[in-house]
Amino acid sequence: MTLLEMRGITKRFHGVTALSDVNLAVRAGEIHAVVGENGAGKSTLMKVLSGVFPHGDYEGEIRFEGQERRFAGIADSEHAGIIIIHQELALVPLLSIAENIFLGNEPARFGVIDWFAAHAQTQALLRKVGLNEHPGALITDLGVGKQQLVEIAKALSKAVKLLILDEPTASLNETDSDALLALLMELKTQGIACILISHKLNEIAKVADTITVIRDGSTVRSFDCCNEAISEDQVIRAMVGREMADRYPKRTPEIGETVFEIRDWRVHHPEHADRLVVKGVNLHARRGEIVGIAGLIGAGRTELAMSVFGRSYGRRISGEVKLHGRVVDVSTIQKAIGVGIAYVTEDRKGYGLVLEDDIQHNISLANLGAVSHAAVIDEGREFKVASEYRQKLRIRCASVSQPVVNLSGGNQQKVVLAKWLFANPEVLILDEPTRGIDVGAKFEIYTLMVELAAAGKCVVMISSEMPELLGLCDRIYVMNEGRFVGEFDRAEASQEKIMRSIVTAAAA
Amino acid sequence: MAETNTTVHPHAGLLKNNLREYGMLISLVAIMSFFQFMTDGTLLQPLNLTNLILQNSYIVIMALGMLLVIVAGHIDLSVGSVVGFIGALAAVLMVQYDWHFVPATLACLVAGALIGAAQGWFVAFFRIPSFIVTLAGMLVFKGLSLALLQGQSVGPFPGSFQLLSSGFIPDWFNGELLRTTSLLAGILVAFALIVAKLRERSNQTRHDMAAEPYPFFVAKNLVFVAIIVAFSWKLASYKGLPNVLIIMTLLMLFYDFVTTRTTIGRRIYALGGNEKAARLSGVKTQWLSFWTFVNMGVLAAVAGLVFAARLNTATPKAGTGFELDVIAACFIGGASASGGVGKVLGAVIGAFVMGVMNNGMSILGIGIDYQQVIKGLVLLAAVFVDVYNKRKA
Repeated sequence: MTLLEMRGITKRFHGVTALSDVNLAVRAGEIHAVVGENGAGKSTLMKVLSGVFPHGDYEGEIRFEGQERRFAGIADSEHAGIIIIHQELALVPLLSIAENIFLGNEPARFGVIDWFAAHAQTQALLRKVGLNEHPGALITDLGVGKQQLVEIAKALSKAVKLLILDEPTASLNETDSDALLALLMELKTQGIACILISHKLNEIAKVADTITVIRDGSTVRSFDCCNEAISEDQVIRAMVGREMADRYPKRTPEIGETVFEIRDWRVHHPEHADRLVVKGVNLHARRGEIVGIAGLIGAGRTELAMSVFGRSYGRRISGEVKLHGRVVDVSTIQKAIGVGIAYVTEDRKGYGLVLEDDIQHNISLANLGAVSHAAVIDEGREFKVASEYRQKLRIRCASVSQPVVNLSGGNQQKVVLAKWLFANPEVLILDEPTRGIDVGAKFEIYTLMVELAAAGKCVVMISSEMPELLGLCDRIYVMNEGRFVGEFDRAEASQEKIMRSIVTAAAA
Repeated sequence: MAETNTTVHPHAGLLKNNLREYGMLISLVAIMSFFQFMTDGTLLQPLNLTNLILQNSYIVIMALGMLLVIVAGHIDLSVGSVVGFIGALAAVLMVQYDWHFVPATLACLVAGALIGAAQGWFVAFFRIPSFIVTLAGMLVFKGLSLALLQGQSVGPFPGSFQLLSSGFIPDWFNGELLRTTSLLAGILVAFALIVAKLRERSNQTRHDMAAEPYPFFVAKNLVFVAIIVAFSWKLASYKGLPNVLIIMTLLMLFYDFVTTRTTIGRRIYALGGNEKAARLSGVKTQWLSFWTFVNMGVLAAVAGLVFAARLNTATPKAGTGFELDVIAACFIGGASASGGVGKVLGAVIGAFVMGVMNNGMSILGIGIDYQQVIKGLVLLAAVFVDVYNKRKA
């Protein structure tokens, strides 16, 4: 039985077609994955469905539970039982779980909230989603994984029939992701259908009944996973519209002498001064080498990288950083950049870009001295530099004078990379460089990393996606709870070995 | 999607940008025309025009500093009190202690810098919200100026100091009806503007940067030149260019240059746009915030001196409410309350929008009560139009 049918959906923005004649059919009680490259139109389609773009703003027809629906806004679609959970969670951090779940929907009499009822109902909902927390706990004290579960509990409180999840596992570690996927399966048995938007094809393979691929604003094809086995390559081919012979660029590493070393590095938590976050780490990277750091989220990898990069994280930091065998001073960000270290953040919007500003201004920011004379900026030179990087990294934009906020995730990431390439570092630390960007852009970023290594730079990559570490790195460190618990050469590394070293370290 | 949108009409975006940028200027001209008409031509009479400049100079001067503070993501509520305090300090030094005006002026500028440094210290290095720090400063310096003056008005100032506000540039040609030097100075400025704009344009085309269409470029700059020449003609037919106008213009050009062309200006915009990203790109964000407050303190001191010289006396009430006009000027001029956005010229235009309305409404005999109501509504309307346009874009 068909629960939802979207037929011939077309949506234009100022004459630009974002969706053209898209069809989507979701059966009752199924998990339906929607995949596509960034900018393919997935989010726009979900906004049409949830009433963010009201009826009349698009062409086509939405039928839900057999009737045609014309949603005028989110309240309408929620009333019908369609609830969307966005990638950026919509919870109020300083309110409790119960307050968040019933926000705007409080069990109240004459405006006076019945807190007993609210807490009791919250307790029941939390049990359903398998979250063992007190209803009075503040959201800010929960991890992202648990916050995700609170969002789902909130959806359940509204009698949801169709749950839409936009990249729900993007910021979750594997345990939390698995728990979330298991919950979706559980909800499925209760008859709640789910649209899952995700880039993680391995997860989709685990749970999806149907996979619909969207490319350039149109539905390319739908795979029925119940009746036939679908391979990842088939899906990827449909997503990118071309054969993807190899997901990682080929390379023959030429590894030279040791360039970059970290010795006995210790970092304390910025707020809890006696909590050790990085516990005596030793790392080295050689000329032309790509070194990976694997580990679960919260293992201390970002903290390690940021504390090395001018003490931009943590307190009471001790240890040595050496370049070419000599100890260098990296006590401020300016000094770290000065000696040739660059850190590309995992959070490009929060820490990487001045979103409202131009592409060219973002690219020059870390090395303004190179485009200015006596503190006066040479705008012509700045424009030229930015245009060169635009071409080299294939940043897709109308002009480098365009604000970065309008670019897709992959292109934004390229702008951040361009900024750091222009700073001309010897050691480039990349933190989750491909998070949340599409397959095509990923390949371009991998290629760039390979080129950098070939040019004699040291590349250190932090990643939570093991296939990309295994596909690119010459050597992989495994980090867990602030320590390096394993080190593997390219030849001996495997997903199982990495996982095993994490698990045995955790047990020890 | 955006790609196709802008590549189809390469000039559409530019023109739209220009419209937004010059929208404020057009509204200023509209407001001036309105009052010119309503006051039967009194507004633009040479005497009134001169007064208009003298009355607004201290607001404009402070708006330059406030713009940097706002772009950096902060606010400074204390500037009104600082104006009063510096005026009081100047009066005490020059009138009661008989200091020469040069060391007294320098001492006042240093005092302004120290005040800015003290407030900036708490904001930048202890991360106390600037709203709170400068609210405290507002009370402190209000109180200190009362204490300094012991509740009395102190004056008059030495004649040489008064020239700061009431003087005009000397006329070497002894023109009776027309101050020729002043007119020449105006023409010179217009000429310099043309040269600067042509150089900028040739630089743009040399690097294949997008430049506005040539006819538009010519028309726009001809209008500017005409305005400058007409303006100096008007002033020249009274007493010539006021000294304050020269100070104001130089400061304006200086800060416009700093914000648009220098690394420090660029870094302030980055700081206000995304402090974390700026910091991780090697910008010394804390020191930068600190210096914007020091700069604000010095400019508030300059404004305090100009205001004291204009009144020729220091009173405990001097400067009350100035902070509101200054902040309003920045927001009317397109600055964003969340930081990272704003232009020096916008703030100057914003200050004149407020000034022309004050002046025009006074001539029309509108009471101080409704003047405030109208000014408040204009501030709201200006920001509303800005936000509305942005949302539509």
